[in-house]
Amino acid sequence: MTFEQFIFYVLAAMAVVSGFMVITVRNPVKAALWLVLAFISTAGVWIMAQAEFLGLVLILVYVGAVMVLFLFVVMMLDINLAKLKEGFTRYLSLGAIAAIATFGMMYMVLGPAHFGLEVTGAPVVHGPDYSNTAAIAVPLYTTHAYAFVLAAVLLLVGIVAAIALTIRRRAPKEVLYQNIDKQVKTQASDRLRMVKMEAVVEKDLPEKEEESK
Amino acid sequence: MIALSDYLIFSAILFTMSMAGIFLNRKNIIILLMSIELLLLAVNTNLVAFSSYLNDVTGQIFVFFILTVAAAEAAIGLAIIVLVFRNRKSINVDDLGSLKG
Repeated sequence: MTFEQFIFYVLAAMAVVSGFMVITVRNPVKAALWLVLAFISTAGVWIMAQAEFLGLVLILVYVGAVMVLFLFVVMMLDINLAKLKEGFTRYLSLGAIAAIATFGMMYMVLGPAHFGLEVTGAPVVHGPDYSNTAAIAVPLYTTHAYAFVLAAVLLLVGIVAAIALTIRRRAPKEVLYQNIDKQVKTQASDRLRMVKMEAVVEKDLPEKEEESK
Repeated sequence: MIALSDYLIFSAILFTMSMAGIFLNRKNIIILLMSIELLLLAVNTNLVAFSSYLNDVTGQIFVFFILTVAAAEAAIGLAIIVLVFRNRKSINVDDLGSLKG
């Protein structure tokens, strides 16, 4: 076993073990933390497959943003854990059988008989001057530019949808809101009244007697 | 050199395991969402491995878009969970059958 294979198997085993913990652990907070470990070790696997940019993006976006969002929501909700775990043992055998059967079928197709090293040949190994980021960026901004813009619009829709779903309007007794439509429609004539009046000459005020008070 | 079948078997294990997770945790929406994230991760690993072996960067661009869609999906899914919890004080899947009629 070469050193490269050793690293790969360690990372893969870490990812598989933490994936197993995600689905079996009782507490959703711990499940989210195990999922973070699964993402980090899978990012290592991707970097070993010469996808350095995506490995780093996986850590930055998934571990840094999505999993923090998960943890945030999990900790915000007050969940009855005992009730949520009720059917666990009931579906254990069914889930295990389905998983093993699916994996068996996948192994027959994806196993070393069809995709082993002697069948596929070694991949092209890029030198140190090769930039994976540049190699992704050029087709991303040229061939797939339309899909890229569409992905950006999708993220915008995601933001709008998430905010629109979770925004909570409270009764006007509790909180005062701005009426933006009203504010925008307001014209100067609604706020300011010009009055014409005669000029008044002020009389001299009598001296104040502050000392006496 | 790591064989392509190693990557594929790794992602197959991850995929079937998270599939089993969907079977096991069918009461808890949050773990269900996490299992779906793991499923997507396994699929992305396949794409990355094939992209490396075919020396074609298009697979990695696909992964990029899948990550984008998965992030948006997670954000909206969690927003829906927060909304459901606020209205029903529970995220148990069995309590969410009011559309059954």
